[in-house]
Amino acid sequence: MSLVYPREGLKAHPPYLHADYVGTLKRAPQKPLVIIPHTLSELTGPVYGHETVGADDADLTRQHAGEPLGERIIVSGRVLDEDGRPVPDTLIEIWQANAAGRYIHKVDQHDAPLDPNFTGAGRCVTDAEGRYRFVTVKPGAYPWRNHPNAWRPAHIHFSLFGHSFLSRLVTQMYFPGDPLFAYDPIFQSIPDPKARERLISRFDLDTTKPEWALGYRFDIVLRGRNATPMEA
Amino acid sequence: MADLTPSQTVGPYFAYALTPRDYGRVEFVTGNLVTPSTTGERIRIEGRVRDGDGAPVPDAMIEIWQADAEGRYAHPADERRPNSDFVGFGRAATGADGAFFFETIKPGPVPGPDGAAQAPHISVGVFARGVLKRLHTRLYFDGEAANAADPVLALVPAERRATLVARKAGEGRYTWDIVLQGEGETVFFEA
Ligand SMILES: [Fe+3]
Repeated sequence: MSLVYPREGLKAHPPYLHADYVGTLKRAPQKPLVIIPHTLSELTGPVYGHETVGADDADLTRQHAGEPLGERIIVSGRVLDEDGRPVPDTLIEIWQANAAGRYIHKVDQHDAPLDPNFTGAGRCVTDAEGRYRFVTVKPGAYPWRNHPNAWRPAHIHFSLFGHSFLSRLVTQMYFPGDPLFAYDPIFQSIPDPKARERLISRFDLDTTKPEWALGYRFDIVLRGRNATPMEA
Repeated sequence: MADLTPSQTVGPYFAYALTPRDYGRVEFVTGNLVTPSTTGERIRIEGRVRDGDGAPVPDAMIEIWQADAEGRYAHPADERRPNSDFVGFGRAATGADGAFFFETIKPGPVPGPDGAAQAPHISVGVFARGVLKRLHTRLYFDGEAANAADPVLALVPAERRATLVARKAGEGRYTWDIVLQGEGETVFFEA
């Protein structure tokens, strides 16, 4: 399989400088990016498969002696390329706050309880159809001091590799109907409202498991198109 | 036809998932790329990440991607692939002082756009709180004659090329800082 990586789709991404997100002010480059060709260095990338994933890595509710508190959920979807074809056997890493909106990270000082039964980190590898599935608890919103009364909408962080160095993506998945979207400069940093909406998972009754957990669907599209034109 | 999923910042809290040694979780990738069967010149790369005020960036993650000493990538798109278990991928978080390091080998020259070789280099991705999408750059090596003919370095304004070149700091040691903004700003790419 041979892929090309068009640049048109890149306009879906946020700019580096988004003044409402204060963290970008001193960290956004000021000089123009240098456009470079796609050599073997860009067209290759790390390949990690099932050897990197442990048995309970995709179920964040079973990593400790007891069950975490909060609303159990299933997050599932497919990883696709720009032609809509599945990206199989690619590693996904996720991390999130607990149901109270607190990360176990040492720097997180939010005055909300830690949950001894929840780490909030998971990994899985997509199957042959590009599918993945995590079991976790719904993360809480949390304050972050970007501006007065600033709260992040509930979200799960996603990190993906895909086919090459160029398809590498770190993003965040949100939940439908969150009242904080309008006030969140990180979500709002994405210029195109339609692109923004692609980060909002949707409630999915087929993923929902009766008497057990609500299901959310989140499909992810990584860079890359078939190098040869698709057949009609 | 499918539209790309937009990028978001890695945020300040990625370490317990992506670089989790301090949290007692198993890492599948670290800043040490050298395996027992890896051949080539061993090197250590040390650097710091700084922001537009010159302040250290203590919550960045650096990823590197490189060929082996013969210039071969461990990926299906490179037919020559390493004949060792060298993967060529590393990941390191910065410390409180913005510092990071990698233990690896010096990559060999890899094929360029027109079959001409590129100078030895390492592809680098920078993630951090306040960085909304990965910053993409390259590390080249000081004193490498091939730098003068490298097709990617040639695209960089001459006065900024030095930001991409790691300085030799001793036997097998290179230093290379990443400046996100302002004076001495590192050259970043769109590819
Ligand atoms: Fe977060």
